[in-house]
Amino acid sequence: MAAPPKVPAVLDPVTAPSISFARAIDDLRRGWQQRSLWGHLGWQDIRQRYRRSVLGPVWITISMAVTAVALGILYAGLFDQDLDVMLPHVLVGFIVWAFISGCIAEGSEVFIANEGLIKHLPAPLSVHVYRLVWRQLLFFAHNMIVYAVMLVFFPQDLKWTALAAVPAIALLALNGAWVALAVGVITTRFRDILPITQSVVQLMFFLTPIVWIYDQLVNSPNPAIAERARLAEFNPFLHFVEIVRQPLLGQDQVWRHWVVVLAITVVGWVAALLVLRRYRSRVSYWV
Amino acid sequence: MSVSQSTGGPVSIVTKDACVDFPIFDAKSRSLKKTVVGLVGGNIDSGARIPVIEALRDVTLDLQHGARVGLVGHNGAGKSTLLRLLSGIYEPTRGVAEIRGRVAPVFDLGVGMDPEISGLENIMIRGLFLGMTRKQMEQRVDDIADFTELGDFLRMPLRTYSTGMRVRLALGVVTSIDPEILLLDEGIGAVDAAFLEKSKQRLVELVERSGLLVFASHSEEFLRQLCDTALWLEHGRIKAQGDLDDVLRRYGGQPL
Repeated sequence: MAAPPKVPAVLDPVTAPSISFARAIDDLRRGWQQRSLWGHLGWQDIRQRYRRSVLGPVWITISMAVTAVALGILYAGLFDQDLDVMLPHVLVGFIVWAFISGCIAEGSEVFIANEGLIKHLPAPLSVHVYRLVWRQLLFFAHNMIVYAVMLVFFPQDLKWTALAAVPAIALLALNGAWVALAVGVITTRFRDILPITQSVVQLMFFLTPIVWIYDQLVNSPNPAIAERARLAEFNPFLHFVEIVRQPLLGQDQVWRHWVVVLAITVVGWVAALLVLRRYRSRVSYWV
Repeated sequence: MSVSQSTGGPVSIVTKDACVDFPIFDAKSRSLKKTVVGLVGGNIDSGARIPVIEALRDVTLDLQHGARVGLVGHNGAGKSTLLRLLSGIYEPTRGVAEIRGRVAPVFDLGVGMDPEISGLENIMIRGLFLGMTRKQMEQRVDDIADFTELGDFLRMPLRTYSTGMRVRLALGVVTSIDPEILLLDEGIGAVDAAFLEKSKQRLVELVERSGLLVFASHSEEFLRQLCDTALWLEHGRIKAQGDLDDVLRRYGGQPL
């Protein structure tokens, strides 16, 4: 049996082969070092989107407020729920969903959309991913203004556990990064994955308890509905939404959700690293 | 198979038998459907094979600090692809490419710039992309503005610029940031004669200071001013390499 290959103390990214973990990790590391670049570009993206409009990025906040309030009122009526319960539930769920779906939908075209930059300026691939997640975090921050206003009209029984929302959103960002990285590489090669991803994201909105309340359906007197609702546990998005929403609405934390999210984070990053190791150097050929 | 960039230490570009093969995905083979069908049916030969363009073949180069290489060759000979290989954008599909030094490329000039934002903001972003910090760029903005002679136009969105004005901007940025490896594509011919003269001056100075220049051009005059050696590419292979006059004479004597 051959001796195990020696791992050098410091992997030299210049001499490491194109397909190697050293180069994949070097890409992530160098991308992270260029924080001032993607930090700047992320802001730029937001200002760009609302250029020449009078209110500018405030439109992010306004459109979120209008959608969430309208849906909250609509579904409170449809499900015969108290508006005090339904509106905060829908609003926070919607804000979290905007972040998740933004990361996936834009992540699936993160390299395709940056074709020009990838082909003309040598930069780590991860720069584009960090820029995307950062931009989504900025959107999220704009949307949290709606949450703050909501707290005035619908005060929530917030406890110190509300602070758990901070690590929760950090976990969401960490997951957004691996999704964009892995799905972004795959869609660059197979362009059909792009429309598939986008319709799956749209579908998942309805399968995730955002406009409906999971607990109420599970405890429904109608056993058929309760049975059906239990299937939602298999939807990973449920756990991602809950770890942010529960603390923000002053509800008790359910550790099951955190465990599922942590497990997905680890497995996802391993998968993303494998994809990056194998296909990192191919992306500039494929875009 | 290897290529990368790093900073610090001596500047060099070394390639050995580097090849660049482009897979050409037509509408059919780029879709998942075709590959899946191909795999399931076991009919890989006709269904799943992807045509490949061999853009560069067995490129072996050893460029060290101080090299000033002119790149000549007919359209489609692989000059732009070679510049991208040397910048680290394309990693060789076979062979080795090791790049040591901070690379500043000036390729296709419209791309990589945002047409909707102002020239000043584009200067900032380009600089950040080339590894500068925001502070370093802020110190250089005046100098770049001076050099480009764009004046108040720098506050206008880039889409209002002519091609020549974009070239001025791109040249202004790369010549101000002291890159170690400067890669120029022929597009810089789009500027007017006066500005060309001015940038020649600056490029010559820069080349003297910086480590390495590779310059693709059809202008013999421009090549003679900036380069001392030359590389002649034909059909993706190095046809000749060596003294500038020598290579240019052989290249010029070639029947088209």
